[in-house]
Amino acid sequence: MMVDGNLFDVQRVSVVFHIGGLLGGVKLVAVNDVSFTLSRENAEIFTIAGESGSGKTTLSRLLLGDLHPTTGKVFFEGRDLTEFRSRTELKAFIKKVQPVFQNPFETFNPLRRVEAYLFDTAFNFGVAHTMKEATMVVDHALQQVGLSLVEVSKRYPHELSGGQIQRISIARALIPRPRVILADEPVSMVDASLRMEIVNLFRKLRDEDKVSVIYITHDLATAYYISDRIAIMLRGNIVEAGPVEEVLVTPMHPYSQLLKESVPEPEPEDKDAWAKHISLGVTEVKEYNQLGCKFAGRCPHVMDICHQVDPPDIQIGQRIVKCYLYTNQAEERTRSTKIAEV
Amino acid sequence: MAILSVRDLRAYYRTEAYGISRTVHAVDGVSFDLFPNEIYGVAGESSCGKSTLIKVISGNIKPPLKAYSGSVVYDNGLQKVDMLTISPEEMRRNIRWKEISYVMQGSMSVLNPVRKIIKTFEDIVDSHQGIQNKKAFREQVEAHINRLGLPTDVLDAYPHQLSGGMRQRVAIALATMFQPRLIIADEPTTALDVVVQRGVLQMLKEIQVESKNTVLLVTHDMAVHANVADRVMIMYAGRIVEEAPTKTIFKAPCHPYTKHLIGSLPMIGVRLIKTSLPGSPPNLSNPPSGCRFHPRCPMAMERCRMEIPEMVDIGEQHRVACHLVNGGTR
Repeated sequence: MMVDGNLFDVQRVSVVFHIGGLLGGVKLVAVNDVSFTLSRENAEIFTIAGESGSGKTTLSRLLLGDLHPTTGKVFFEGRDLTEFRSRTELKAFIKKVQPVFQNPFETFNPLRRVEAYLFDTAFNFGVAHTMKEATMVVDHALQQVGLSLVEVSKRYPHELSGGQIQRISIARALIPRPRVILADEPVSMVDASLRMEIVNLFRKLRDEDKVSVIYITHDLATAYYISDRIAIMLRGNIVEAGPVEEVLVTPMHPYSQLLKESVPEPEPEDKDAWAKHISLGVTEVKEYNQLGCKFAGRCPHVMDICHQVDPPDIQIGQRIVKCYLYTNQAEERTRSTKIAEV
Repeated sequence: MAILSVRDLRAYYRTEAYGISRTVHAVDGVSFDLFPNEIYGVAGESSCGKSTLIKVISGNIKPPLKAYSGSVVYDNGLQKVDMLTISPEEMRRNIRWKEISYVMQGSMSVLNPVRKIIKTFEDIVDSHQGIQNKKAFREQVEAHINRLGLPTDVLDAYPHQLSGGMRQRVAIALATMFQPRLIIADEPTTALDVVVQRGVLQMLKEIQVESKNTVLLVTHDMAVHANVADRVMIMYAGRIVEEAPTKTIFKAPCHPYTKHLIGSLPMIGVRLIKTSLPGSPPNLSNPPSGCRFHPRCPMAMERCRMEIPEMVDIGEQHRVACHLVNGGTR
């Protein structure tokens, strides 16, 4: 099925990794039957939130075309990512979807001047052909993130602060004029006093430059601050997705509720909910291979069926919740109508 | 009666290479006291000197780090120990793990990856007091970790088989094996997810409440301090800028840096625009004159560039180093 009008169209993708030897070994479903879309018309910030091991990085590799799904399809502007075979096609795709990574000090070679990367990007993607053009393009991209070429030129990564260098890596991603920036934990290595400037920058990119951002994070507070929609992942499944205002303010899935409650609030007067005792799993692999709902082992509302069959996606208003608790509240919808509407 | 007193501590890193000498003023005139039965939080950004402070307090001073002046005295009521002059042998035999223990950020580096957890317990206990009977020792360890709410099967697992949160809790179990009076926890939950972080911090707090000892909790996350610490100290560029009970620091912060740290925290359900401070933390090999925060301070005055602000008491256990408070406009 082709859906026009969408930038990204992720349809029921699953990724299965085999861990262990040729014979035997274990199967690990890193992404399980995930679907969502990103609209072409309106730039938006879409957050994929989850803890470590929830499959959010695997999902980002799928979106970058770095990994092909075991089942299901990822469409970009109506075309299946696995169809891009030639160098030119791949380049044209990467030009529109640019990544920003977690640790900016690892993205840049410490022995190279940072501006070298910006010029390389400008030439490689054919955005500029002469040095003069490239200088303008690079300077413009740096202006977009609140820097300028004069400030940055001849500098090595260690001479810049974490906030500055992360802004430079965002500037680099902006040079090919992408439609989407895929940012995987972009602020977790940045100091607290500089974090908000990066987060505000994404907001500016959306509002002024019409660039969509897929923001992958475990930090729900910044996710609430900038995003329009959010998907919460647990062990490869999207357990709840919808407008951030609904999902984070009044979470419905018991796992989202636990997550929200666990975010420490900067309010020393009001810490009773946070101090309520919780139990943690001993190992992570157990939950991955569990049948049915992955949260069943820790869920306070667990029922028999949760341990046996994967819960259905239930649409309630604008959000989707993958939980048996809400089967009575809304009719389960068929997959195809859901994909068209989300 | 303070269990640990730090007075006017100055600890610098001095390196000399190819005839160029460089001094990093990592901790520069820090004074504070830790009391029994409290969780004392230390907050600050990276390179504000928190890790250096911990190194000095835990008697782990190695070149190029050197304590140039001041004192760090540990006093357990029976004996006073000067942590700056203690010999490594004395430290190992009498202080480390038994009196003062340490929980680090990456628990993988505490636990030996090729030995089962129980073996790591044996190694550490053996080097401090010796083990006579292995079976009795195992029972003792089992009782200890059960008391902390951990299942006994973790003892027979290798570190990589455990989840990150479980490993960090095993590291805390190790650190509390000898019932130390002071536990230093350096960013114990920074690499962990929120749910796991909550579990680990709850355990740390329960241990503290039960054994009435002292925890020095270092983390840059103000929201963690709000939920766990009794008192909080804020460091900026090697100096203390403010210290107060947690409730006071969140309700009535005085230093502009503290105000910013608390004001810039995003919260679920609050749709206010938050901003960052201009500039970036200073380079400690060449810190700014006067108040080290003045180049980034929205309220900086001429005086801030010239004079180093003194620490002044402004209320119940509330100290702040800022010219605005110290006979300034307020």
